[in-house]
Amino acid sequence: MFRIVAAPIEVESLLQVAGRGHGGVATFLGIVRDADGDGRLVRALWYEAHEAMAVREFEAIADEARERFGDVRIAIVHRIGELAVGEVSVAVVAAAKHRAAAFDACRYAIDELKRRAPIWKKERYAQGGELWKSNGEG
Amino acid sequence: MTIRVLAFARLREILQRPELTVQLSESATASDTWAVLVREHPSLAAERATTRFARNGRLVGFDEPLRDGDELALLPPVGGG
Repeated sequence: MFRIVAAPIEVESLLQVAGRGHGGVATFLGIVRDADGDGRLVRALWYEAHEAMAVREFEAIADEARERFGDVRIAIVHRIGELAVGEVSVAVVAAAKHRAAAFDACRYAIDELKRRAPIWKKERYAQGGELWKSNGEG
Repeated sequence: MTIRVLAFARLREILQRPELTVQLSESATASDTWAVLVREHPSLAAERATTRFARNGRLVGFDEPLRDGDELALLPPVGGG
């Protein structure tokens, strides 16, 4: 399951990616923090995406994870719009026969999503002001 | 020919809209599209080095030739996750 959504992510429904042969399911949740890298208080994050391209990127990332780590099923869902502190911005679930591949695939998927998915984030500060932040910064 | 340009994040803010239509000659490239946009929005020029281009959802180089009806997306440095 690869989606961009505009409403709260239903994490539990993503666990359906696990089949009867999958003994290990690794889950990563990205959550909106209350401060940026410089300690400035964050009120909310705004996310936007080239949705069609992002979903295709998620599929490609899952294909690559399978090539690297073997039989693994992956779900990636990213939320867009304005998110408050504490809300889930992204969920990655990886299911495999054993935990090693599940952990590896989950890690790979979120790392690659952050490196290359066409998704953008703007920090909106408690004291006012807002800034686009790219990965590799704060 | 007619090209649909999609702009995101700070590029969308510079162009003041998420989507616009650009008229170009038949043999135009992504670079030519960028030049048209820079003429109308000079502050766009400073973004060139960090902007990537996608034609119909696939990353392409600056010199990519375009066809009538193409979508050209302007992608600033990403920040997902």
